[in-house]
Amino acid sequence: MTGLIALLAALAVAAVLAVLWRRREGRLRPAAVSGYDWSTLGVGLGERATLVQFSSAFCAPCRTTRAVLARVEERVEGVVHVDVDAESHLAAVRELGIASTPTTLVLDPAGRELARATGVPRLAEVVALLERPTPADRKLDNPDRISR
Amino acid sequence: MPGTISTVPLPRQVDVRAPRFGAWVTAAVLVVALLTGSVWVVAAQALVFAAGAVGYAPYGLLFKRFVAPRLGAPTETEDARPPRFAQAVGLLFAVVAAIGYGTGIPVLGAVATAFALVAALLNASIGLCLGCELYLYWLRARPVRTP
Repeated sequence: MTGLIALLAALAVAAVLAVLWRRREGRLRPAAVSGYDWSTLGVGLGERATLVQFSSAFCAPCRTTRAVLARVEERVEGVVHVDVDAESHLAAVRELGIASTPTTLVLDPAGRELARATGVPRLAEVVALLERPTPADRKLDNPDRISR
Repeated sequence: MPGTISTVPLPRQVDVRAPRFGAWVTAAVLVVALLTGSVWVVAAQALVFAAGAVGYAPYGLLFKRFVAPRLGAPTETEDARPPRFAQAVGLLFAVVAAIGYGTGIPVLGAVATAFALVAALLNASIGLCLGCELYLYWLRARPVRTP
């Protein structure tokens, strides 16, 4: 009896988690951190935007993310894509609140975070954000942003 | 590659379909474990996890030997380490479950088995590797080394 209850509970939990995960995966969310000094990581900023991808060896979707962001770089002028190995930059990972890989941060020309996505970002969503007419339009607002 | 700060080295690769197949078999075995409450089923799965953690996943070998030839060449490969790490996490749960069932605490056995089943189902159905997601948390939690 205990086993049957545990089985049904596990099936229900797995189903709910799968749906939630699918919905959130790769979606652009508002920025979490502002005022990070990108020169610390040696990141050169793009004229229109910079896509900073955090990757690790323990990460199958990082390669897919790399391909998606490389296509964004090709499609939208002035966009630079940078790949950072999370494991060897743990101080930055902590400061930027990176919880898992791949995480992609979208930065404006001044290096302020506009949005972030965990998992493989959706090409159309990233391109749509970057093609908004003015830099102010590209910002996804977050009331809980941590300022530094 | 311009703009790359430090590249992730290219490690040993596995066919992505192998761990997914393994996750389905694991889920099936864990369902049997829950329904029978048998310490032997859980213990057998623990051995399978242990073999997987050191790079010899038995279900992966079954996939390679019997399933892959029918499906054709791999469409995609991935780092072999995340699935191994996940097998080690699975081993932890299977050992706790075996202790539960083996020492007359079936609730402990069922709960630990159920956790492993959730992870196996998520991996099988949507390719989400919970163990791999935990990896960066673990790295972050470790104390900061000052150079």
